Amino acid sequence: MTISTAAAGKPVAWRRVALHVGCLAALLVMLYPLAWLLATSLKPADEVIASLDLLPGSLEWSNYRTALDGVNDVSVWRLLGNSLFIAGGAVVGNVLSCSLAAYAFARLRFRFRGPLFAFMIATIMLPHHAVLIPQYIIFNQLGMVNTYWPLILPKFLATEAFFVFLVVQFMRGLPRELEEAARIDGCGPFRSFFSVILPLTRPALITTAIFTFIWTWNDFFTQLIYLFSPEKFTLTLALRSFVDASSTSAFGPMFAMSVIALLPIVLFFLAFQRFLVEGMANSGIKG
Amino acid sequence: MTTTEIPATARTRQPDPPGKRPRTRRREGAAWVFLSPWVLGAAVLTLLPMAVSLYLSFTDYDLFNPPRWVGLRNYTQMFTEDPRYWRSVGATLTYVVIAVPLQLGLALVVALALKSMRRGRGFYRSAFYAPSLLGASMSIALVWRAVFNDGGTVDNLLGTGGWVNRPGWALFAVALLTVWQFGAPMVIFLAGLQQIPAELYEAASVDGASRRRQFLSITVPMLSPVIFFNLVLQTIQAFQVFTPAFAVSAGKGGPADSTLFYTLYLYDRGFVASHMGYASAMAWVLLLAIGAVTAVLFRTSRNWVFYASEGDR
Repeated sequence: MTISTAAAGKPVAWRRVALHVGCLAALLVMLYPLAWLLATSLKPADEVIASLDLLPGSLEWSNYRTALDGVNDVSVWRLLGNSLFIAGGAVVGNVLSCSLAAYAFARLRFRFRGPLFAFMIATIMLPHHAVLIPQYIIFNQLGMVNTYWPLILPKFLATEAFFVFLVVQFMRGLPRELEEAARIDGCGPFRSFFSVILPLTRPALITTAIFTFIWTWNDFFTQLIYLFSPEKFTLTLALRSFVDASSTSAFGPMFAMSVIALLPIVLFFLAFQRFLVEGMANSGIKG
Repeated sequence: MTTTEIPATARTRQPDPPGKRPRTRRREGAAWVFLSPWVLGAAVLTLLPMAVSLYLSFTDYDLFNPPRWVGLRNYTQMFTEDPRYWRSVGATLTYVVIAVPLQLGLALVVALALKSMRRGRGFYRSAFYAPSLLGASMSIALVWRAVFNDGGTVDNLLGTGGWVNRPGWALFAVALLTVWQFGAPMVIFLAGLQQIPAELYEAASVDGASRRRQFLSITVPMLSPVIFFNLVLQTIQAFQVFTPAFAVSAGKGGPADSTLFYTLYLYDRGFVASHMGYASAMAWVLLLAIGAVTAVLFRTSRNWVFYASEGDR
């Protein structure tokens, strides 16, 4: 089952065919919700519930026109811009702060490095809720609730230890001789970080950037507690207003907007799937 | 990782004369400059909040009036007077126990299937991984609600009625959404499987070991660190599930509190009902529970996780 026994000598083609058939069947089932989403976003209201057909009887593009108008008088473009701003800020913050911290942990020596590193690893497992309420109170005291600061600022302070760890693991794999050579050429730690180590760490930084973007884009909880003015809403939060409404007349526009909200992730996935899958596969277990 | 040994020789090359200490001190200073964003974040956004939430858990606090010390009252109320709290604990534990093994089991089976594949492995790997990224979104959570609703696809196909409206079933709809996202652990399993040396299997075949025997004696032990990694990671994440439960139940945890996950109830107590002290107590119990579960997993792992580099243990 786990190995292809070429030693057996007889053709095992049927086995391979069965595997592909099985995988394709599984794939069809798994893709069904996505196909359903796309189909429903194009269905007229009366077909959404009544019909079991995946394909719409007639294409209802007006769903998308309604979705573009947005919710609460805020257009989809505005919501999209807000989402992009938050995700973009998070990417810059995470890449910058996590690579700085990772360099110190991976390459420099300082007092308490061991305990601090252990603490950093432990925070990967820390449930977000343990720090949530005081963080909210702090941002509230600073007058930052209902702004984007609570969503972006923490990323500039390397609070997502998972990425620090990811970059540390990658930097540890780089040959030491590079820095030795740079030091002999007169580079201080800053110069050798920016000119030698950082360019070589690019694969890990790209992985960090892509995952940060997608996770921030998908994040719902943090946005839910920190943002309440409709014009500051992200696409995810705007979709929330459909959560309470269950009338089927809003189904088409709701799923049209869902498609729009998924589009950046799908595009990211298609463009970077190699990095994403490799990044996931290498996320710290190989050492 | 082995390269960390090299600088030792580099350093002995030129021992610092007594008067030249500032050189190492400058390097130490540099380390703290690199570390400063993280130190600030760890202090202000992690350590301080943990201490504050512990303090708040012993108070009555509504965000507007100063916190009032109530001792253990939040905890006693939680454990003895609040049936909804226990329903949220029950829903979360049920969900973790259903979703995590199913998800990991499916991930392992698919990873094993893909490993033996010569063509198309890359394609399937990416395709199965896609739901792991999309599934965390509100968009898919809304799809789930519609598909599992009365008159939705599942109702029409299976004639079971809508799952999300039935107390005994709504939890399964959410669990299935998690199982659907088996791609992330699958990719990690596949990476682990590909690192098992082929010679082990060859030697076992020569010795006449059956496939079953090879699976149990080679694949499982060699993969056990990865199984453990996935188990810990997915369990911790499952305890904190929020978005799908919020979407499926319109933020209420219904029907009959069946999808009132722990985090949903914590959100409800803290940010809807403004009982920040109570929510803080809930957060600390969650922290301790996740810590305890992780500790138990680590403790039991000694019996079944095999680290090749450490030899037989």
